[in-house]
Amino acid sequence: MPMKKLHYSELWCSSPRYWGGLAALTFIILLGMASAYYMEHSGHWVTGMSNQVVWGLPHVFAIFLIVAASGALNVASIGSVFGGPLYKPLGRFSGLLAIGLLAGGLVVLLLDLGRPERLIVAITHFNFKSIFAWNIILYTGFFTIVGIYLWAMIDRKAQKFYEATGFAAFFWRLALTTGTGSIFGFLVAREAYDAAIMAPMFIIMSFSYGLAFFIITLMSAYWWSSRELGSHRLEKLKNLLGVFVGAVLYFSLVYHLTNLYITQHHGVERFILLDGGFYTVMFWLGQVTIGGIIPLFMLYSPAFSDNRFAIAIASVLVLIGGFVQIYIIVIAGQAYPMTLFPGKEVVSSSFYDGVVAAYSPSLAEGMLGLAGIAIAMTLVAVGARVLKVLPESLEDPGADSA
Amino acid sequence: MTGKKEQPQDMKRREFIGKTVLAAGAVSVAPGILLTVANAKTEGEGASSNIRWGMLIDSNKCVDNCTACVDACNQENGIDLMQQPKGQGDEMWNAQRPQWIRKVKLRDRQTGEVTNLPMMCQHCEFPPCVDVCPTGASFKRADGIVMVDRHTCIGCRYCMMACPYKARSFIHQNVQEQTVRAPRGKGCVESCNLCVHRVDSGASTTACQDACDKDGHKAILFGDLKDPESQLSKALKEKSSRQIRADLELNTGVRYTSL
Repeated sequence: MPMKKLHYSELWCSSPRYWGGLAALTFIILLGMASAYYMEHSGHWVTGMSNQVVWGLPHVFAIFLIVAASGALNVASIGSVFGGPLYKPLGRFSGLLAIGLLAGGLVVLLLDLGRPERLIVAITHFNFKSIFAWNIILYTGFFTIVGIYLWAMIDRKAQKFYEATGFAAFFWRLALTTGTGSIFGFLVAREAYDAAIMAPMFIIMSFSYGLAFFIITLMSAYWWSSRELGSHRLEKLKNLLGVFVGAVLYFSLVYHLTNLYITQHHGVERFILLDGGFYTVMFWLGQVTIGGIIPLFMLYSPAFSDNRFAIAIASVLVLIGGFVQIYIIVIAGQAYPMTLFPGKEVVSSSFYDGVVAAYSPSLAEGMLGLAGIAIAMTLVAVGARVLKVLPESLEDPGADSA
Repeated sequence: MTGKKEQPQDMKRREFIGKTVLAAGAVSVAPGILLTVANAKTEGEGASSNIRWGMLIDSNKCVDNCTACVDACNQENGIDLMQQPKGQGDEMWNAQRPQWIRKVKLRDRQTGEVTNLPMMCQHCEFPPCVDVCPTGASFKRADGIVMVDRHTCIGCRYCMMACPYKARSFIHQNVQEQTVRAPRGKGCVESCNLCVHRVDSGASTTACQDACDKDGHKAILFGDLKDPESQLSKALKEKSSRQIRADLELNTGVRYTSL
């Protein structure tokens, strides 16, 4: 039986609801921009970052958003590369969300630079041995490819590019997350990093966070515009999210088990798993329990089957856990001291050698990070309003075509 | 036929023009060349790969509680001109202020042996900071000095993440005063450059070595690793020395004995 013809239309909902939401997002963005100006104008001394913990909360937000961006594109890839009929109608929105999240993350990353006004230097001077330089190319390419992909999905005239761009976007997003993971994987100096598993782990993290973002924004959009969203389709997404959440837990397990085997890395493992105080609590409570076990239970327990609220909550928890996971990778990885002198303890040093570095993020850093999320959401809200990315109805197709 | 006759004349004209241009060029360029020749081994000449600057630090001679090298470095490179921002706590100031060289005191976990040493940029042959820098601002000169081009540094701090020696500092605040020798700017990264301004003007010691020598400790020896006749090369041949984190195989330019 042929599937019902899909009609896409711009996101329309009652004005107060739409403009109210947009106004709230704009307000958050303005606060974030003011924070960025304050930090740049005074210098980074007003932040919690130092020469010991050089990347702080803005980087956690930025990496989180960039990782999620490539994952958000997965829904489109499943539709076009792997031919999933239930996913295909969601492809356009998936592309839009991916662009939005990446833009949000990059704004945060850029505004935290010591010299953000030198962006032109960053795009005219390339050191091709640097993963960062590669990432600049990967990010720009992502915007271009996903942009064309989106166009091919929306415009009938560009349909001939659909398949090619679909494949290109899929491979590009894999490269992008590999690049993001490798930012850490290539740092030989620090014990928490320097592991090849970082790159594939970041890919699976992106699957999970990206899909969680997708489910939440899709549900919000359909709630906003009072459109129909079928339970069957949502259940498919939900089950897929469960698989990804489990996979992230598995990769974390392998990462830590590998480290536990290497005597040299016992210190940093002990720090994260046992006696790192705040970081240990964050790991077990935030990453493992809130971000892993509880969502898995909510997604798979028959008690919550067909419960939309549970799906939304589980997705939010996955995002919170994911944020914590990145926080631990970025911050705890730097806070734990580098071993410069194996077999020796540092009695004194003016530069915090051998001691756990302190980091408490400032409000401005948090505001800049939140602005990144707000920018992503604003782009999605405006994009969905002006482009035909969302089907008028996502009610379940006939049972036989499922 | 006429064409053939005219040819030699034309050639002469060309020759004349050519020679005039050559002469004019020589007249205007010569002073520059002569000046460069006259200033050989001083300012203006590029770094040579026939040289590799390095250092040997004898931890046995490094005295507990002595900070002569640190103080000298701070003065030489204008670090002491940096002011603690109003409202910043002492602990945070210490974590955020630039430190090109620092004193570290160690105790062996097994034997209890205590060692003192100065830590700074180790001027690796294969510097991770240079590998990761997206713009190429972090670079290694032909003579082995690793430093930051502060015109192209965007302040991303990836080099600080990559450095195994924690040798780099980010400028967290506005810079009020600075020296011509060591220009500095908010939002850029910097680190020990083996007193590159001294090296480029022909000096054979760094500020830290001078200070250590002056106090009579003589724990720091600066010199050319590639010159077999240099004091440094001879000392390295005599004593057994080691690199910090030799496992990373970065072939550091700074070596330590009695560590």
